[in-house]
Parts: sequence; C-alpha cells; structure tokens
Amino acid sequence: MDHLFRELAPISEAGWQEIEKEAKRTLKTTLAARKLVDFVGPLGWQASAVGLGRSKVAEPPSRSSVETQLREVLPLVELRVPFELRRAELNALDRGAKDFDNDAIIDAAREIAIAEDQAVFHGYPAGGIRGICEHAAASVTIGGATADYPSLVTNALNRLREAGVGGPFAIALSERCYTELTGSTEEGYPVLQHVRRLIDGPLVWAPGLDGAVVLSMRGEDFELTVGQDFSIGYLDHDAELVRLYIEESFTFWLLSPQAAVPLVFPEAAAQDRSPPHQSNHRA
Amino acid sequence: MAGETLHEERDVIGPEVLDRHRAMSTIMEELEAIDWYDQRIKAATNPELQAVLAHNRNEEKEHASMLLEWLRRNDAEFASHLRTYVFSQGPIREVKTAAGGVATTGGSLSIGSLKG
Repeated sequence: MDHLFRELAPISEAGWQEIEKEAKRTLKTTLAARKLVDFVGPLGWQASAVGLGRSKVAEPPSRSSVETQLREVLPLVELRVPFELRRAELNALDRGAKDFDNDAIIDAAREIAIAEDQAVFHGYPAGGIRGICEHAAASVTIGGATADYPSLVTNALNRLREAGVGGPFAIALSERCYTELTGSTEEGYPVLQHVRRLIDGPLVWAPGLDGAVVLSMRGEDFELTVGQDFSIGYLDHDAELVRLYIEESFTFWLLSPQAAVPLVFPEAAAQDRSPPHQSNHRA
Repeated sequence: MAGETLHEERDVIGPEVLDRHRAMSTIMEELEAIDWYDQRIKAATNPELQAVLAHNRNEEKEHASMLLEWLRRNDAEFASHLRTYVFSQGPIREVKTAAGGVATTGGSLSIGSLKG
C-alpha cells in the first residue's frame, strides 16, 4: 500500500475507472501550461526539490575558518483538493448507471489544474515559484477594441524577436480573452482566426491565466518539474460518503523571463508589480 | 530510416507519436548493435580487437540508456512502470506486489506533458 491508501476505499474497479476517466478528461482540457512549457518527470512522490546549481554563503557551523555554502533548490509544492462522492452514486455506477454524478470530480480536477497554471503563469511566492507573466521583461497592455488584438499580438511578437527570442511562438488566452476573441469578428472573420494566423505554435485556452501571454516554445526557457503526477487518493468514508482527494507535487523554474510577453488588462497593469528578476539564463 | 516502418499515415499520427516512434526505433537499433557486438567480441581472437569492439558496444549502451530516459520523460505510462521496476530488488514478478499498488499506475492519472 502506498500513501494514497486507495485499497481502503469502498470503491469497485469500475468506480475507480469512472473517477479516473472524469478526472483525466477535465485535467487535459483545463491544464494549459503543460501544453506550452518543458516537462520534467514524473520523479515520484519521494522527490522533494529541484537543484538550481547555485549556492549562497551561510554562517559556518562553528567559529572556524571553514567556509560554508548552502545549495539553492526549488522545493516541490504539494497541491491537494479533497472531494466527496456519494456511495449511493458509486453503487448505481456498479449497477450500470450511465448518469453518474461526477460534478465533484470535475470541480476538484478543474480547481487543481487552475492552481498549477496560476503558479506557472502568475507565480507562487510561498513555494519559491516565479511566474511567467509576473517576471516577464516586457508586457503589452490590452486596450481599445477586441479588433486590436492582432496588433497587440504582433507587438508582443516584435518584443520577443527584439529580445533575440526565436520561435515557434504560442499564445495562451484567459477565459475572458478567449470569449472576447471568439465573440467578435473583423473583416468577416472571427478575431480569433486573425490571431491564430500570427502564431506558428498552439493557441491554448487557459482558465488559470489572467489576460494572455505570447511565449516561445523553442525550449529550455520554462521548466515544469513534476514529482507525483496528478493522482487520486483516499481519505475516509462513512455510510453515506467517500472522501477522496486529487493531488500532485510540482515546481516551476522560470529560466528565461524574456521568452514571454504577457498581454495584461489595464487594471492589472496599473497594479504595482515587483521588478523583473535578473535572468540567469541565455538571452 | 525509422519513418519507413510507420503503420499508419504520417498525417494522422502527429508529431508527438512520430517522435516517440523515432526514439523507439533508435533504441531497437542500439540494442541490436549491442547484441551484434556481444557476439563479435566473443568470437574475435585478437585481444586488441576485442577491446575496441567492447568499447564500441559500451557506447551503444550509453546511447540506448539516453534514449530510454527520453522515452521515460515523454511517455507518462512508461515512466510509471519504469519507476516500479527499474533499480528494484528481489524477484521482478513480485516487485509490483511489494509496491502495493492496486492499479498499474499506482494511482497516477499519468497526465504528463500535453505538448504536441
């Protein structure tokens, strides 16, 4: 038995299959960063950190001439979202019911997927994660009409090329941006189609993102490391409910802040932002 | 060329599967070369030739290992099984039982990278 304790859950094999199918479907639809950044892993639940290849001076353990350095690491962050399933629903599933109430699974999977994406795009300081958008070297403010999006994207692409960043280039769009682009037309075509033509990489729907971001997919700029990939574990149960959770461990290493240009709404642009960190990677 | 052994239309397969096909084909070629070298080393009568062939064979093993690692990073299901069995101890058929997994994935949903 491992730390997920799935063997203790009063769930049949068919039940587990249905739970995993729904969770996978939602995760694959919702996750955006995994469609864009380099992926390392899964390294397993035991993996705890990613070494950064750097160290900082520390106080020596005793008053001596010994010099001390501490290795710098990115700790893996554990994300967990609990959810409950009614045992009556699981029993119905075993009897062949096709309208299994999977809302709780979908909600949990969506929530954890958005949490991963928010950490990647907007950072998670408590976990030492610097986000792609918050630490980008340049940004473009979204203003005016939806029809202006193509010129904003062109502007972002120019910024990337001026910084010496090559393609292929992708774009991730928040729900708000995606809705705006699909709901309006320019010269008879959806504005989304105009934007798609400017990008030689994927156009990704990203509900965990605010605004949009144009980024390079040349590789070695953004690295997502996963310890334990999304897994479903067991908490406890009673006569009515089974309590499960979905969890993962991961971290994100922003190697080249200049390889992305976010498109930010004016209200977000007006907020105070921390100054971009110095890149420790190639231009 | 690896592409000659495709069993489906290239357009349908897509770049991700095509890259995995390239990796797997190359691993097969590396393993075949190791097997050939093993036999030739055993058959060779000149000690220096044996040493050169052994050196070459060991390089093929390095190549195969690197490709296997690439495959692990790009196939979450494969990675899950490798994590169970590679560098394990005891009878191989009992490794999974010892690990205690109900499902072969150990509960992982094996999402992995969604690129491509």
